[in-house]
Amino acid sequence: MALDDQKPSGFKFVGTSPDRPDGLDKVTGRARFGADAYAPGMLHGAVVRSPHAHARIVRIDTSKAEALEGVKAVVTRADFVDGLQGEFGFVLENVMAGEKALYDGHAVAAVAASSQLIARDAVKLVEVEYEVLPHVTDVDAAMAENAPVLNDSYADASVPAGHHPNVVRYHDSGHGDVDAGFAEADLVIEDSFKTEATHQGYIEPHACLASLGGDGKGELWCTTQGHWIAQKTCAALVGIDTSQLRVTASEIGGGFGGKTTVFIEPVALALSRKANRPVKIVMTRSEVFRATGPTSSTSMDIKIGMKKDGTITAAQGIFRLQGGAFPGAPMEFSAMCAFAPYSLTNVHQVGYDVISNRPKQAAYRAPGAPMASFAVESVIDELCSQLDLDPIDVRLKNASREGTKASYGPKFERIGLVETLEAAKAHPHYSAPLEPGQGRGISCGFWFNHGGETSVSLALSEDGTCQISVGTPDIGGSRASMALMAAEELGIPYENIRVTIADTATLGYNDVSHGSRVTYASGLATIKAAKDAVGKLCKRAAAKWGIPEDAVYWEDGCAKPSGANAGNFDPMPLAKITKSMGRSGGPISGHFEATPEGAGVSFGTHIVDAEVDPETGKTAVVRYTVIQDAGKAIHPSYVEGQFQGGAAQGIGWALNEEYIYGEDGRLQNSIFLDYRVPVASDLPMIDTVIVEVPNPGHPYGVRGVGETGIVPPLAAIANAVSAAAGVRLRHLPMSPPRILRALKDKG
Amino acid sequence: MQYHRPTSFNEAAALANQATGETRFLAGGTDVLVQLRADIVTPDTLIDIKSIPGVGDISQAPDGSWTIGIAVPGAEMREHIQLGKDWPGLVEAMDLIGSTQVQGRATLVGNLCNGSPAADSVPAMVAAGVELSVTGPTGSRRIAAVDVPVAPGRTSLAKGEVVSAVHVPARGKNAGDAYLRFIPRTEMDIAVVGCAINLTLDTDGTVTAARVALGAVAPTVLLVEDAANALIGSSLDEEALNRLAEAASAACNPISDKRGTVEFRTHVAGVLAKRTAKIAYARAQGENT
Ligand SMILES: Cc1cc2nc3c(=O)[nH]c(=O)nc-3n(C[C@H](O)[C@H](O)[C@H](O)COP(=O)(O)OP(=O)(O)OC[C@H]3O[C@@H](n4cnc5c(N)ncnc54)[C@H](O)[C@@H]3O)c2cc1C
Repeated sequence: MALDDQKPSGFKFVGTSPDRPDGLDKVTGRARFGADAYAPGMLHGAVVRSPHAHARIVRIDTSKAEALEGVKAVVTRADFVDGLQGEFGFVLENVMAGEKALYDGHAVAAVAASSQLIARDAVKLVEVEYEVLPHVTDVDAAMAENAPVLNDSYADASVPAGHHPNVVRYHDSGHGDVDAGFAEADLVIEDSFKTEATHQGYIEPHACLASLGGDGKGELWCTTQGHWIAQKTCAALVGIDTSQLRVTASEIGGGFGGKTTVFIEPVALALSRKANRPVKIVMTRSEVFRATGPTSSTSMDIKIGMKKDGTITAAQGIFRLQGGAFPGAPMEFSAMCAFAPYSLTNVHQVGYDVISNRPKQAAYRAPGAPMASFAVESVIDELCSQLDLDPIDVRLKNASREGTKASYGPKFERIGLVETLEAAKAHPHYSAPLEPGQGRGISCGFWFNHGGETSVSLALSEDGTCQISVGTPDIGGSRASMALMAAEELGIPYENIRVTIADTATLGYNDVSHGSRVTYASGLATIKAAKDAVGKLCKRAAAKWGIPEDAVYWEDGCAKPSGANAGNFDPMPLAKITKSMGRSGGPISGHFEATPEGAGVSFGTHIVDAEVDPETGKTAVVRYTVIQDAGKAIHPSYVEGQFQGGAAQGIGWALNEEYIYGEDGRLQNSIFLDYRVPVASDLPMIDTVIVEVPNPGHPYGVRGVGETGIVPPLAAIANAVSAAAGVRLRHLPMSPPRILRALKDKG
Repeated sequence: MQYHRPTSFNEAAALANQATGETRFLAGGTDVLVQLRADIVTPDTLIDIKSIPGVGDISQAPDGSWTIGIAVPGAEMREHIQLGKDWPGLVEAMDLIGSTQVQGRATLVGNLCNGSPAADSVPAMVAAGVELSVTGPTGSRRIAAVDVPVAPGRTSLAKGEVVSAVHVPARGKNAGDAYLRFIPRTEMDIAVVGCAINLTLDTDGTVTAARVALGAVAPTVLLVEDAANALIGSSLDEEALNRLAEAASAACNPISDKRGTVEFRTHVAGVLAKRTAKIAYARAQGENT
């Protein structure tokens, strides 16, 4: 039996781009998203939210709401578990305020009623008395001496003495001696940057249907990137055993990191328990903006020294991230990713996690990295232009390679940064002439990628087809990739495989669909589960032929005797073995579970041309090319989709998307009209180049591709816009008023 | 909530006059229904005016003037070839509103009576010199479009008054109009500044009449006489354009908000005025732009 971990030399299915198995359902409307779950006797929930950025909750009177006909339950913080510590404590505080409302939109109570309209009316009848407190929403202001204190117990031991209590975590890393490095430089540039908070902007609002009985047994259907984390968190917040809550993930209309936690789910469970009826909650868009995870806003200082030949002698960065009212802003990722593309002798990075009166930040594709990359790559661009050096040559000269000691510590294994830079240099885009008023920018970007707990089961049907249960919600076409990898191993057609996102009762714990881990980790587990099944298939054939198991091998979907000595038997196809499996030993399935740790890091290089209208400050992105290392593209067109999606979201972040708070601390733009994601006509066709430098940690060489693609855009676009406008833009988004201001200041 | 579907404007006016609480007329509903769903305004009385005979018609009188029914959606205006030839600026302003779906519903009068300072078709109506027939409980009157909005979200219409027709003047010779708006994106956005200009020339290209209207730079639409005067007598030379831009910027009385700063709106009003004037001028000269 030849079962080893060697990468097959020639792929038959992997590397093709068949239609996604969920495609027809999605284009015909048959797919069931979060809001498409119904149950008999179902009630509708609605959430009462604070209109204040910071206020003590003096009193909540629910009696009028409870008296309204059709209202079946009202819950407040008292209906949840007491005394939770750590992240669960923060999540509970976020999904239902305790003593204080900490941001505009913070949930303070919830109602369940027999119709949505009654629930909405009941919300207005819940009387909340607030004592309004001073608030702060800006990261620098929140760190300043006299800033209002949100919570004086959140800071952990990492924070050095002397900081405001709103500084809750601190990070310091690096190597070498930056001062010595700066002294060696011919040019040192030091500059400050800011980025505003953006939302993941998924089209599907959060939605769930919950049913929880007095016996502590519950069911939850929800749109989520990870139903096991939802299970664990919800169970903890409402005080039931994890295994007694079965969670099913719906189809998901986008998540981008924002659906890796819970918001309304524990609330619906608490309402359901109190009303003894199933309860459905669907957020409005405005609730999504006000109360679910935007990314952090940042304030950053970068200092880089360079020699005349382009060698970087030292680099230093300070990254201050505001992550809303709770600890967790991903400042350490900002710090660790900032300089990762470069091989540096002297590097130092510092991060501050700062709380403020804004919603709790949630992950957004490569959390923390895009902003850091914007600041760092802007300074590198400025150094290149002042020293008159080609920006790709400079990056090649300093590029991290296999064996480089990363800015964040470890030594890189085989990586593909240089390959992306070489591909960028060779791409016709890089040498194409620019029109007047246009500028070109480039940037590199890095993301770690992740493994995580993973469990996959695969079962063969009697007709020779295959069903696979994975535990990672499909946020990017991953069912197609799983089917391709299983097809490759089993040697049966892609169409004969159905991949299902199993519920929490079906598999062991699966980590969330985040960290670009799904095609890597669930893919690895799918391959190994298929190998497990193949082993069993070979065993059945061996038994039938009466030869030893190890004299049978698997090829092209058939068991074959491994040579003349093994005997002269016709290849036995999978369907023939499964047809009689009931009588030859029972069902055949494969299983694999692990926490794989070989997720290969990934780099990308982007090239952007932008045009700026000098009279209005309006920017058009006229050409865009993404070049990224995918390790191995299982389904190339969905890999390209990830690249393009990263660029598209990056364009929004760089140009127009931002959380705008008024003086009163209220969010001013909680609808898509004023929170300006790019529309289709704002985007050029985004060109892609898939570089494949195999990841040694995956049987086929896969590296995650979902996140790296949003790391370079902010900087690449800022570099292009700065070139076009003739002035360095240091504050994102580069909205027309900011660009016009910068042009005027330049004179 | 009471829902009515009158079959005459007199009936509509009477219903509105008798109603108590919040009353809304339901034309395309692209403001009314959105505000209802977003919990901004829940009307006590909703009067659907789309069943009144003739409200979906576009007609031209022998003198060349136009009457547009109050329920005519943007899509019908865009597909009306002769209207588009006469009033390309008015039609393009209406056409900028929303998406294909919204275009199938949204109306000129709804845009005007919703009272948004940023409404796209309103500067174009004002520049064109559009007038409206209004039916009230005690009879009818005619009112200029420019006199309808009085403050954000408020109009000069009295209780019980309903707009019953839109009157667009005859185009006349050597004349053209244009509308431009500034938005940070390319579509599906709300005007940060809007500018409509309507010009009449004599045969050698001198501007003899001009109307310049600005949107989103003040609590209501502005008809800027100084800006018009900057153009009259000129053949749109650089100097006239600069005077136009100055006058347009000087007229602005905007707010700083999430959509743009005072500084930005004031500056861009001048920029847009110049660009709009060039298009209107080219159209007046018979160019198909
Ligand atoms: C997705 C989307 C995009 C949009 N984009 C734009 C845009 O780009 N630019 C823009 O300007 N607007 C935009 N709008 C707003 C809206 O579409 C326009 O204002 C539209 O012209 C309103 O017309 P309506 O017929 O739908 O009005 P309705 O919603 O039916 O009515 C609006 C108001 O006018 C009153 N009213 C209607 N008819 C009469 C009448 N005959 N007499 C007296 N009062 C009357 C109503 O009482 C109500 O107060 C957008 C809306 C949506 C939903």
